[in-house]
Amino acid sequence: MTQLILRRLLMSIPLLLVVSLVVFVLGSLVPGDPAQTILGVDATPDAVAALRDKLGLDQPWYAQYFHWLSGVFHGDLGTSLYSGEPVVTTLAERLPVTLSLVSLSTLFCMVVGIGFGMLSAVRGGFLGRVVDTLSLAGLALPNFWVAVVLVTLFAVKLRVFPATGYTPLMTSPFYWIVGLVLPVCALSLAGIATIAKQTRSAVLDVLDRDYVRTFRASGVSEWSVLLKHALRNASIPVASVIGIHAIASLDATVFVENVFVLPGMGSLATQATLDHDLPVIEGVALYFTVIVIVVNLCVDIAYGLLNPKVRTA
Amino acid sequence: MTIATSTENSAGPSAGGAGAAPAGVIHAILRTPVGLACLIYLAIVVVACAIAPWIAPHDPLFQDLHAIGKGPNAAHLLGTDMLGRDVLSRLLYGGAYSLGGVLTAVVVLLIVAVPFGLLAGYAGGRVDRVISRVIDVAMSIPVIIILLAVLTIFNRNMTAAMIVFGLLGSSGLIRVVRGNVLSVREELYIDAARVIGLGPAQIAVRHVLPRTSGAIIVHVSIFAAISLGVQTGLSYLGLGVPPPAPTWGGMVGDAATVIQTNPWLLVPSGGVIAITVLAFGLLGDVVRDATSERAKTATGRTRLARRRGATADQKPAAAVVRDATAALLEGPNSAALLSVRGLTVAFGADDAATTVVENVSFDIFRGECVGLVGESGSGKTVTALSVLGLLKRVGRITGGSVSLEGHEISGLPEREKRRFRGTEIALISQEPMVALDPSFTIGDQLAEVVRSHARMKNKRVSRAAARKRAVELITAVNIPDPEVVAKRYPHQISGGQAQRVAIAAAIAGDPKLLIADEPTTALDVTVQAEILDLLRSLQAKNGIAVLLVTHDWGVVADLCDRALVMYAGQIVETADINRVFQLPLHPYTKALLEASPHLAVEGEPLPAIPGSVPRPKDWPTGCHFAARCRFATEDCLAAPVPLLKVGEERASRCIHTDQLMPEGRLVPEAVR
Repeated sequence: MTQLILRRLLMSIPLLLVVSLVVFVLGSLVPGDPAQTILGVDATPDAVAALRDKLGLDQPWYAQYFHWLSGVFHGDLGTSLYSGEPVVTTLAERLPVTLSLVSLSTLFCMVVGIGFGMLSAVRGGFLGRVVDTLSLAGLALPNFWVAVVLVTLFAVKLRVFPATGYTPLMTSPFYWIVGLVLPVCALSLAGIATIAKQTRSAVLDVLDRDYVRTFRASGVSEWSVLLKHALRNASIPVASVIGIHAIASLDATVFVENVFVLPGMGSLATQATLDHDLPVIEGVALYFTVIVIVVNLCVDIAYGLLNPKVRTA
Repeated sequence: MTIATSTENSAGPSAGGAGAAPAGVIHAILRTPVGLACLIYLAIVVVACAIAPWIAPHDPLFQDLHAIGKGPNAAHLLGTDMLGRDVLSRLLYGGAYSLGGVLTAVVVLLIVAVPFGLLAGYAGGRVDRVISRVIDVAMSIPVIIILLAVLTIFNRNMTAAMIVFGLLGSSGLIRVVRGNVLSVREELYIDAARVIGLGPAQIAVRHVLPRTSGAIIVHVSIFAAISLGVQTGLSYLGLGVPPPAPTWGGMVGDAATVIQTNPWLLVPSGGVIAITVLAFGLLGDVVRDATSERAKTATGRTRLARRRGATADQKPAAAVVRDATAALLEGPNSAALLSVRGLTVAFGADDAATTVVENVSFDIFRGECVGLVGESGSGKTVTALSVLGLLKRVGRITGGSVSLEGHEISGLPEREKRRFRGTEIALISQEPMVALDPSFTIGDQLAEVVRSHARMKNKRVSRAAARKRAVELITAVNIPDPEVVAKRYPHQISGGQAQRVAIAAAIAGDPKLLIADEPTTALDVTVQAEILDLLRSLQAKNGIAVLLVTHDWGVVADLCDRALVMYAGQIVETADINRVFQLPLHPYTKALLEASPHLAVEGEPLPAIPGSVPRPKDWPTGCHFAARCRFATEDCLAAPVPLLKVGEERASRCIHTDQLMPEGRLVPEAVR
């Protein structure tokens, strides 16, 4: 188990290098002069040259990359071309918003998706069709569109939830959660659908197994069969779908944060794209990759905890 | 968006199965209404968007200041936006942009993924390892952020972004293709092609690729759905072509700014995206179902045939209602521990039910061991499981009664059935390794059984006490180091030990009857003997009656007092064990005994019964065994053969028992 985690962590190092390198190489292809961009068209050639020298722009791209990389090890991701603030500072402000969204959405999808999946596996028929329809809707409706509709309905028309804005958890847990209800719903539709579908098929699969018959033949209650044995064994494939959803919802924050004007990393990345602010994009890419790695690690650990064959290996 | 979902789903086993030639796949799509509808919709949308400049009713950029924010009307079929531009025209022009992006991504995906997938699967070895490692890394890349970087660098060039999207998405398809190639390349006709002298490239293109095309189409259509979501999402953010040029995503964005005054605008823009994404997704589902069904065509045909045969099966069952053995087996025997009368079991829904167990009657008395013998497919296991009410969803009891100590138990609700399961009648399954839950320790599972028995008797047993009892049970089935084994998981013990544990679970509730379904079949010969010894000692010590389901006469001879021989859903002979071995009175019993390896004469070839057990839908009206019987005459098939009493406490479902008797003894014994 520990070995598995260590191996995973080792494998994530090349991943981080690849992602940062790709973004960097792409960045070095940008036409135009970043120093000129920063200083504006009115800057004197001398000032531009000085800044170029300061930013190391005259060096070849690999030298620049190593410079950037050594900065990463010192907790320095450069400064935003647009605001002039250190990227690390900006990201530290933005990270909690995106993490709140992703973790709440994942939790919500887990509870509702597994609940729906279990119910439709046991009751079948009508609920099964509900899950099917829901999963079609979850696949078809683009999350930014769902987000806009949710805003229209619940924020503009009914005025039960705020349309925009974010309150930090530490300031007010109540307003934190109220502000996140609609964005989390918009993020979760697809996740609920896929998790419910996976849960249903996994539970049905387990209920057909011999050991379920053994327990039934021994007079063990149907509740125990379902909630203990079926759910426990079904949770192994479901765990990987939950991990996939967490990663997908991280990507989707880029769209949803924009609709709800949440000051997270996704909206930051969008703004940076419009501003040609590469250091910020590079920083967001690094953080996103780390989150993906952490999620995958969590899924691996969950596997280990749920599946004794992995744990005892 | 959900790129990871797609790749995982289609990399799964469902899509990895048998592929199909492209022509077959298209045929399959056209045959299902959903597939046809999706295909027609996509064709219309694609063509309409492609020829937008010729068919669009208005210039997408023209602002009609007299028609601002109008709903659908004759001049503007889908209305106009807040600048007076025609929504339908904008959708048509925007579609060319959005669908063009999807096409770009899909083309890149195919160009990259197919060759690399084929290479990884076909070359194997180091090439495969390198490609697989690269894929592992690529699949963890945060796609949207990379796309944002690309859009920054290439100055909002959506084509560049979609090329990169196709590139990043290809890792999933490479996995799918590789997996398919690995399964196809082992097949015989690939070897044959190799022998003929075709090169690897030729084999790949001519033989492997067609078989993989089903899985590729599934993946591509789902990928197209996701690409459209991403493409429109990026346009929504204003990261693509700048306004006023129309894009589907941009139109959602425009609509979002005026939701208070004109919510209608969200409908056409969101609707066309949703329906197009749905059409791509459903198309993938249809192809997946079609390709996985292809592998099952044979079973499908069987099912159909079985349904047709079902009506014919009802007749014999009804005709044998008045059995001649009624004297021997009249009504449930309240003196017996278990009394089964006229048990009939059917599979399938009401209108398509197939009878698989027909009018089965027998008694089991306290402490005796009865063998239920027959070939596979004779209905032994179904009979045994229906006693416990544990038929799977597909099967149900359609007639007869099962009574335990004089109380009817077959019609009880599930909750009531729990009262006798484990505590009155317990079950040991055929496959010990899959009869235990892999996620819990042996001790936990036994403890749970102990506690649920206690709960049924309204007693409470503490966790510690249940745990102690679990260890006692493990000791009782002669497993060394019971404390250690209790802490183990099923995968950490041997098959023989697992079967002992299963027996321990079965005896946990002190049952009066143990139903053992082929308890030794899956085990090694030496272990078999040990398990039989264990069953015998439990029977002797605790006075448990055993219904032993088996096809092995050796096991019957070893353990049983009586034998019930089953063939094609019916009991064909019932007799005391010694008499069965001395003088079988049904041709099937005789043939089965002769074919038993235990009773074979050394040096002579082992006789086998020609033919095989007919499937339920093929059962004849008359004797089910007639087709394989050397004594069969026309009379055998004329009418259903009842179970006939032959001598003392013996019955046979044969009208030619006299021919099985030694000369001179036949008449008096048979008549009595």
